[in-house]
This record gives sequence, C-alpha cells and structure tokens, in this order.
Amino acid sequence: MISQFFVLSQRGDNIVFRDYRGEVQKGSAEIFFRKVKFWKDDGQEEEAPPVFNVDGVNYFHVKVVGLLFVATTRVNISPSLVLELLQRIARVIKDYLGVLNEDSLRKNFVLVYELLDEVIDFGYVRTTSTEMLKSYVFNEPIVVDAARLQSLGPASIFMPGTKRMPGTAVTKSVVATEPGGRRREEIFVDIIEKISITFSSSGYILTSEIDGTIQMKSYLTGNPEIRLAFNDDLGIGRGGRSVYDYRSSSGSGAVILDDCNFHQSVRLDSFDMDKTLSLIPPDGEFTVMNYRMTQEFKPPFRINPLIEEAGALKAEVIIKVRAEFSSSITANTILVAMPLPKYTTRASFELEPGALGQTTDFKEANKRLEWGLKKIVGGSEHTLRAKLTFSQESHGNITKESGPVSMTFTIPMYNASRLQVKYLQIAKKSGTYNPYRWVRYVTQANSYVARI
Amino acid sequence: MAPPVQSQRSPSPSQPSGKGEVSDLKSQLRQLAGSRAPGVDDSKRDLFKKVISYMTIGIDVSSLFGEMVMCSATSDIVLKKMCYLYVGNYAKVNPDLALLTINFLQRDCKDADPMIRGLALRSLCSLRVANLVEYLVGPLGSGLKDNSGYVRTVAVMGVLKLYHISASTCVDADFPSILKDLMLNDSDAQVVANCLSALQEIWSSEASTSEEASREREGLLSKPNVYYLLNRIKEFSEWAQCLVLELVVKYVPLDSSEIFDIMNLLEDRLQHANGAVVLATIKVFLQLTLSMTDVHQQVYERIKAPLLTLVSSGSPEQSYAVLSHLHILVMRAPFIFSSDYKHFYCQYNEPSYVKKLKLEMLTAVANESNTYEIVTELCEYAANVDIPIARESIRAVGKIALQQYDVNAIVDRLLQFLEMEKDYVTAEALVLVKDLLRKYPQWSHDCIAVVGNISSKNVQEPKAKAALIWMLGEYSQDMHDAPYILESLIENWDEEHSDEVRLHLLTAVMKCFFKRPPETQKALAAALAAGLADFHQDVHDRALLYYRLLQYNVSVAERVVNPPKQAVSVFADTQSSEIKDRIFDEFNSLSVVYQKPSYMFIDKEHRGPLEFSDELGNVSIGTESAGTVVPVVPVEANDKDLLLSTSEKEESGGPSNNGSAYSAPSYDASSVSAAASQTLLELEISNPTVPGHASQSSLAIDDLLGLGLPVAPAPAPTPSSPPLTLNSKAGLDPSTFQQKWRQLPISLSQEYSVSPQGVAALTAPQALLRHMQGHSIHCIASGGQSPNFKFFFFAQKAEESSTFLVECVINTSSAKAQMRIKADDQSVSEAFSALFQSAFSKFGMP
Repeated sequence: MISQFFVLSQRGDNIVFRDYRGEVQKGSAEIFFRKVKFWKDDGQEEEAPPVFNVDGVNYFHVKVVGLLFVATTRVNISPSLVLELLQRIARVIKDYLGVLNEDSLRKNFVLVYELLDEVIDFGYVRTTSTEMLKSYVFNEPIVVDAARLQSLGPASIFMPGTKRMPGTAVTKSVVATEPGGRRREEIFVDIIEKISITFSSSGYILTSEIDGTIQMKSYLTGNPEIRLAFNDDLGIGRGGRSVYDYRSSSGSGAVILDDCNFHQSVRLDSFDMDKTLSLIPPDGEFTVMNYRMTQEFKPPFRINPLIEEAGALKAEVIIKVRAEFSSSITANTILVAMPLPKYTTRASFELEPGALGQTTDFKEANKRLEWGLKKIVGGSEHTLRAKLTFSQESHGNITKESGPVSMTFTIPMYNASRLQVKYLQIAKKSGTYNPYRWVRYVTQANSYVARI
Repeated sequence: MAPPVQSQRSPSPSQPSGKGEVSDLKSQLRQLAGSRAPGVDDSKRDLFKKVISYMTIGIDVSSLFGEMVMCSATSDIVLKKMCYLYVGNYAKVNPDLALLTINFLQRDCKDADPMIRGLALRSLCSLRVANLVEYLVGPLGSGLKDNSGYVRTVAVMGVLKLYHISASTCVDADFPSILKDLMLNDSDAQVVANCLSALQEIWSSEASTSEEASREREGLLSKPNVYYLLNRIKEFSEWAQCLVLELVVKYVPLDSSEIFDIMNLLEDRLQHANGAVVLATIKVFLQLTLSMTDVHQQVYERIKAPLLTLVSSGSPEQSYAVLSHLHILVMRAPFIFSSDYKHFYCQYNEPSYVKKLKLEMLTAVANESNTYEIVTELCEYAANVDIPIARESIRAVGKIALQQYDVNAIVDRLLQFLEMEKDYVTAEALVLVKDLLRKYPQWSHDCIAVVGNISSKNVQEPKAKAALIWMLGEYSQDMHDAPYILESLIENWDEEHSDEVRLHLLTAVMKCFFKRPPETQKALAAALAAGLADFHQDVHDRALLYYRLLQYNVSVAERVVNPPKQAVSVFADTQSSEIKDRIFDEFNSLSVVYQKPSYMFIDKEHRGPLEFSDELGNVSIGTESAGTVVPVVPVEANDKDLLLSTSEKEESGGPSNNGSAYSAPSYDASSVSAAASQTLLELEISNPTVPGHASQSSLAIDDLLGLGLPVAPAPAPTPSSPPLTLNSKAGLDPSTFQQKWRQLPISLSQEYSVSPQGVAALTAPQALLRHMQGHSIHCIASGGQSPNFKFFFFAQKAEESSTFLVECVINTSSAKAQMRIKADDQSVSEAFSALFQSAFSKFGMP
C-alpha cells in the first residue's frame, strides 16, 4: 500500500496532497522535489530514476504533462503497481477534467480530492475505473478552455482543425454534460504506433521495432458491446526462433505481431477464427491493446547523412531525408538533429531553393545541429547543407565525433505495421441508433536514428 | 544551488502567506454557519474550497475547526465531502473538537443513502484519535453487515484503521474473525480483497503476541483459501488480482499437478495490459517451478515476450520498472536471452538509468555467436555525447572481453579506443587493457605497442594513470621508454595528488629496476627519496619497505616485489550470490529496482508480513562491561513469542515431514535435494523468522537448475589447519554485535539434539551461560522460559580479533537446539561449529 499521494507543479508547489496513512513525515514533498531536481549519480547530474529511497521512505513518480505525480511508502511494494497506479490516477483525472494540466488541476482540486478518496482507501487501491467512480463522485468539473492548450499525450496529436476529426473530442470530459443537454454518442479508436529504427552508416537497417497501442475512448450510453475486426492476415507470435530473423516473414505479406497484451474487458473468443476482439468498453479512455512488432516493415523515412572535411578547420554536412510513403499522406512537425564535433564553432546553413516552413539552428551549448520541417509530403525529398568551422584540427576522426542523426515526426493517418481495424461494430439497440465512430491512425518516431 | 527549503511558503500571488486570510475565512464561516438562506450552500462551497486549498499548500487552517464543524450541517454531499476531508486532516491535532464531529458522522452512518453511510463511516474511521475509538465500534459493526457492498468495503478498511489506532479495541470487538467470515462468504469481490489486505496486516502484527493470530495468518495460505481466491480471480479488480497473486506466491502446492493447475489457471494473466498483474503472475510462475528445472526454463521462455511488450509500451517510468525485472532475469539466466540481445540496444533518447541497465544486460548475454555484434554496437556508444554512458560502454566491452574465450576482435576494438584521442575514452580503455593483460598475458605484445604510444601527459585520471604506470612497470622490458617515462613522472612527484598513483609509481619503478637496473637506478633513488618524504602514510611506508628490502638483499626484494604471476582466471563478483538470491526471492518489489535485498532499505517495522525478517531487532541486548563476567539481560517479552513460533514450527513441521501434508514428490535421482528444498520452502511458510533459509533453498535450487551461476562454495573444512582456540576474555559490545549480526551472512545453520541431562540442567538460561563461558563462548543476550530458550553467543579467536556469532534456540520439550552461526572468517566456521557443539554437548554432564 502507499502512504501518501501528491501532485507537484514544475516549480515544486503542492497542487494536491493526500496523506492516507500518516506514516511518512509531512515534509516529504519538499524532500522529494529537492532530490529529483538535483539528482546526482557519481557526481554527475542526471535525470532522477522514477523510484528512489531517502531515509527509509520510497518515492515513486511519473511525469505527466510536466506535472509530477508522486506516491510514497515505507513498505517494500511492487514498483510496477505504484507506477501503474500513478499513471491511472492521471488518466482518471483527465477523463473527468477533459484536459489535464496545472491550470485545470488547480481549478478542480476539490474534485480531485473527491476522486482520490474513492480511488485509494488507507493506501490500498479500490478502483481506477472511471466507470465505477462515476457513481461516487459528485463535483462537476470546471472545464478549462482547451483551445489554448499545448498538446498532451499521444492522442492529442489529432489536433483541432483537421477536417476529418472533431477536434474537441479528445479534450471532452467523460462526465460533464454538454451545454446542449444530451451528449453526442460517439466512440474513438486510435491506433498509435511508435517506430524505433537504427540505420547503419551504409543505410541498412540494424534494428527496427514498432510499439503500437490501440486506445479507446467511449462516449456511448448504455455500454453496448463492441466488436473490433482486424486484417485477416494478422497473426500473433512468431514461430521462428529468432525474432530478428527478417527473412522468415517478408514476402508473405502477413502482419505478424511478436506479442500483445489486452485490457481486461477484452474477450478473444473468436480472435483466432475471424480476427475480432469483443469488449464492453468502460467509460473513459483506456488501452484496448498494446502490441510489439519486429517484423520487417518499410520505414517511412530514409535518412542519408554525410559529413566531409573541406580543408583545414572546415567541414561540410549534407543531410537528405526522403519520405517513402504515399503522396496523399503528409508528415508534420519533423525535427532532424545531429551532434557535431565538440570543437565546432560555427555552422552556416543552406536550404534547398524555395524551401518553405523550414528552420535551421546550431545549438552552441551542446554543439547540435537542428533542422525543423513543418511538413513533408509523401514521396518528396529534402536536403540540408551546412558548412562547419572548427577551432582545432579534426585528425581524421570527424565521423566518430559527430552523429548519430536522429529524427522525430508525426504522421497522421498512416501506420507502418499495416495493422488495420476493418470495422467497428456496435451492438444495435434500435434501427436508428448509429453513433459516430472514429478510427484514427498515427505514427510517431520513438528512436529514429541514422549512424554516420 | 540548492532550492529554497521553504519554497512553498514564499509569498506569491497564488499562495497567500496565511494569517490574515485565515481570520477572514473564520468570520465568513461564522456568518454562514446558522444561515438557512437560499444559495448559502454555494457560498459555503466557495469558502470550503479556499480552506482546502490553504490546507493543500501547507497553511495551517486548524484554527477553523469549530467553524467548519458548525457549517457541516448540510445535505449537500459535495460540502459534506470537503468537510470530512478537512476534519480527517486536523482531528488528530484537535482531539477535543473532533468529538464535535462524532455526532453528525454517527448520524450519517445511518443515512438511507449507502453513499452517505459509506462516506461517513470512512471519515469516522479516519479521525485517528485514540480516545474516540469507542464511538467507532458500533458503526463499524453495522457497516460490516450493511447490505451495500460499498459500505462493507469501507467498513472493512475501517476495521484496519481502527486496528492501527487501538489494536486491542479492534481485537476485543472480534472484528478479525468477522472479516475472515466476510472474506470467505461475501459476494462482492472488492469486500473480499479488502478483507484480505486488512487481515494480512492485522494478523501479521498480532502474530508476534498471539499464537492464534499466527495460526490464522498461516491459514490464509491454506489450500482451500488460496483456491477459493484463485477461482474467483477474474472477478477481482486488477489491483486486487495483484494482492491475490502475492498471496499465491507463498502457497506451497502439494505436487506438480497442482503447480500446473495453478499455472494454467493464471496463464492468461500474462497478457494483461497492467504490468503489475503480469509481474505478479510471473513471480508466481517462477516460484512455483523453482524445483522443476525444465519447466522453470520454459517459464523463462514464456515470459520473455510479455515482458518485452511491457517494456516497450506504457510510460518511461513503467517500462523502467519492468526493465529492472527483466534485468534480474537476464542476469540469472543470460543464455536464455542471448538471442534477444538486440532488445537491449540503447536508444539515443533513453534516460541514463535505463541505458545502464541495458548495458549490463548486453554484457551478460554476450556469447560466442553474438559478441561481435554486441561489441560493435557498444563501440558506437563509446563515441556517444553522453559521457557517463560512453564510459559505461567501454567498461562493458572490457567485461565482455574478460568473460570470453576468444578475445581477438575485442582487443583490437579496445586498442582502437586508445587511439580515439578523447581523454575519458583513453582513460577507461587503459584501465581495461590493464585488466585484460592480467587475464591474458599473451596479448601483451599487441597491447604494449599501442600503450607505448600514449603520452602520459594526456592521461590525467588517477585510475587510468595508475593503470598506465602498472603496465610500465610490469612490461618495462618490452617498452623501450619505460624507465624514462617513469623518471619524468617521478620528477613531478609533488604535483601528483593521487596517493594511488604514487603507490603504483613506487612499485613500477622497483619492477623496472629489477629488469633494467642501469637505466632505472637514478629514477629509483629519486622515487624512494620522494616516497620517504611523502606525507601520506601508506606511500611513506611502502617506500620505507622497499628501501629496507633493497638494503637487505636485492634478490629477496625482487622475489617480494616482482614474483612470477599467474594469470587471473575470474575477477571477483561484486555482489554475493546470496544477495542475488535474496533479491530474486523478492521479485516484483523495490528490491529488484534498487538491486538490494529489502532489509537494507526498509525499516524493520515496515517489512512485509511474511517476508524475511532479522529477528535480532526483537532481542534487547544488555550493555556489557569489558570485564570477565558478562551480565546477561533477559530477552524482552516479545522474544518469547518468537520462541513460541519456533516451537510451533517444530511441532507442526516435524510430523509433516514424514506425513502427507508436504511430502515431496519423488524426483528420481534428485529426490533428495528436491526434498531438501521442499522442506526449506515449507520452513519459509511456517516460520518466517528464519533468515538464511532463502539463500539455502535457492542454492539447492540453483544446483538443480544447473543454471551455471556462481554459487558460493560451501566452506570446506581444512583438515590440516591448526586447532581453533578461543579467547577466554573476549569482549564485544552489544551494538557491534547487532551490527555484525545484520551484516554477516549465515555461514552455518544446524540442528543438534540436546542430551536428556542437558534438558534437565536447563532450568533457567543462566545455567547454560555459565557452562558455555567455561568454554570461552560468551553470551550477550538470552531469554525465554521453559520449554523455550533463546541465546545469542559470541566468541573470538585467541590470536586475532576474528569473531563468531551464534544464535541458539532450544526447545527442551523436543530436546532440539537450532544454531545459526555467523563468522568474520567464514573458513573457520566449521571448526568453530565443532567446538561449539562439543562444548554444548557437555552441558549437563557431571
């Protein structure tokens, strides 16, 4: 069990503080914050690990939208349990408030206390299901204006403004009634994939993995049963010995996931037969399924980095990025970064003629080159040239002193694994009952790296 | 640099400093208290919110207690909740005023709305005021019988809260047995789960004073109870599932078919999206199959994929917690994960604490088939912008080199590091090359050629410098410049701040002198002179030693300083296998993340109910004067219970060894050791206060598994060693004893039978004390009454200060004595044990 739970702002202020068992001293939030802020290992300043012990008190924390969700305990508890719990508390609060940030928390802290009392009693978890909590929580959320908010969490990449998606949905409270009275019947299914890939200096793929998650957020009344159908050629678990044996599955065309796990409401009775999941979605946002795939897939971008000496104390960098997906799809918020040799003093950039929405920067402090692109349309190729000036000779070690090139991006309506939701069936109550269904795909870079 | 400690109190617009605002609130609350005007609830809500927000940021609003209570007469449930929150927070400091709240809380406990009943009952039990407990018993009693599941859940937790305020009130009201009844019969799974949590806490804490409670606690682990919970597992919330699984871990199944039943039942829990459920399930699987080698290995194969999925889904914090557990499994059985090495490659954006774990895993799984790729990958990290990780990566390459047979390629890589011309890379690589040469002297030619090219001026880190100097001394015959480099280093003696480097310099110049005397003579003289004048004691002493050795006889000096060396075959592991096993036993807990067993970081009173506990803390140890007579202080009251539980174990455990209860299934050849481990496991259940069993059982299991892990060799008796004699006037102060007892591992644990004469003589603990003292074994604490006695003895070797510690538990009715021996010097613990036993066996003899 846990002893205390609290939420701290980035500056270390208590936004919410709940002591369940009175076993840990009151000043724990301050002790925690100092420790996290000035974490050191071997005299080196580092990011604090999510779990640590100070004077017999164990502190657990997760970072959510810049806030620190913290739990303390004196007993030897399962760290996964507490960290999972903290994440769930954040999610429940988000379900209620629509938006989770410092402002909305401060405005709704009484509601949050009410939630916390029902989620945890005397340090033991009772429930973290928004569905169950609904009958015990009475405060109405004070909804914060979502338009001014920066993005939070993976699902928020479905930003307002995209025509095909209702922008407000993601930031809509699960419990608050709409101004118009009845709320809209709708359900969102988001397939979010994160790609990790490492290209060798010769451009071939060293490692690659897709970590996918299917998130669902239901605003349906009466909890009807839902069936999700995937591609017929979907398979789980690879027969081969080595999961990295790329040849074994390529060419067959099947989508083979290495492994996956499911929300406890999911039933897999007919999965083997027709690749469908059935579930009764609880209220609020939850993960239907997580999956992992190391099968070969076509990377959305190819990166060709090059660094060459150009005389004494000078070098030239050329980075080419090619989008290898269909031209109907557009990637956005792309950032390409490359560490340069320590002795680089200056970098001058040259973009391709007519480049729009591109930025370049040389970060003096950590000697990093950054190239930002607002958009990349499928099939296109972009190039950056940079001339570097050094303060000392490079002794021919230039490729060892720079790189690797890393890239972050978001590609809406695209997924690399080819896993697809073929249909989303809602058990019918009546002939006229036809709620909105939104099935959305997005792919993001997790660790997208090209070595030099 | 450090943040202001009182950051919260600093005045800022959003965080008022307090005083004025609080008195404002006070008067406003007063005005509203009696009002029945419409809309008054809304204004109250606003005021209450303010109070709660002050409370949150640490402003003391306890002075508003009276006003808050007056305002609480309302039917508005939101207001009620805020008021209860406030009352719960401040009742402890205002016990008198808290009495005021009892009335309306009690009334609400009888409300028609189950929500209000539950809420009021929860708040009532959260007051934490000792003199109000009499008011809790009634509402709790009816709460436990309430027809609403919600109220019953709250009431069960209420019982636990009551127990913490006043254990006797709770026990006297017979609440534990009501909870037991509810646990076995309630239809609401959450009520059952809460009963389980509450009973575990209550009975564990009661077990030290009540035999019945400790029996009840063991009853939780009985087959019917465990099966009842297991069969309902899907009704429980994911959190309660974790609770049940933690209980199942401690259950000892009868035979392998039972094990398979449990595993089949829990198989689908491995696909749960909640990592805590998956890890708890994995722990069950691992513990159940400990004695079944093949199945245990299958379990590893089975859990690999779910663990990897959890690592890559969820937040970075969650994946770190899972990765730590994957780490411990990889370290235990690296060969099972050797084909998955690519999963342990670091991603550029991962925090260092994740990368460090991954580097260790990569090091562990390296074998003949994947070493080349792993080392190639590690070399990429060596050029990393993250310097600590670059260093770790180079160390990892070195470790791989030291654990492999074929190091050709790796040596080349290491030598390339030396040429990278980054100071920290060079430094790390030098240290590694030194270690490598100690293990593979055959590589000296290749290495020395490269090392010789390094300018000592570019090496600044003491460790690296020391390594370079060591190589200069060791291989001075092959390094042309060695004497001259050493000479120039000695010239800068005064600027050398690290004593480690100066010590190495002295030794290196000596070695060099024996090989190339004419060239080194001058440097040696300078080094000895500088060393003799050194302010550092060790440096000075070493210089003096060398000086006198040389004076005495140069060839003797050479034999002392530069004898022919054997190549090192295995470098010592930093963590003992006992500690590793103990961490493994505590799988799915903080021990795994911290890589320490729980007794190193958890206070005694917070250690889990059924976990390892070091009972020395229970024994009060008397102060001892340094004289000859050791005043013996009786062991405190609760030690008696320890003894009771021990005797109980003997009574219940004794027959079951032969009987059917825990009879070990026969495993052909391995049946003996399987039975042994089975028995040990059983001991773990029936008597949680026997440390050492864990390590032993897992040792036996390791043997069974043949995991090839380094197992601490049993201290072999050395037949030729001189007889052990003990110091008859040994002295040890109690705190040292306690400290040592905690730190030292158990080197021996044995059971003797006590002779009938001994039993007869042991009317009081003092009798044995005097007897043992006659054999130079002193008692530091003792206690108990017939038939149970407990003693802590110590003894010291006659010539040195090497100490032995003994815990001795004697049950005169069964005529059995259990010994646990710890020793500074493990190698003589067998000899000591023999000595102890012979002294002990003479007890009661005429």
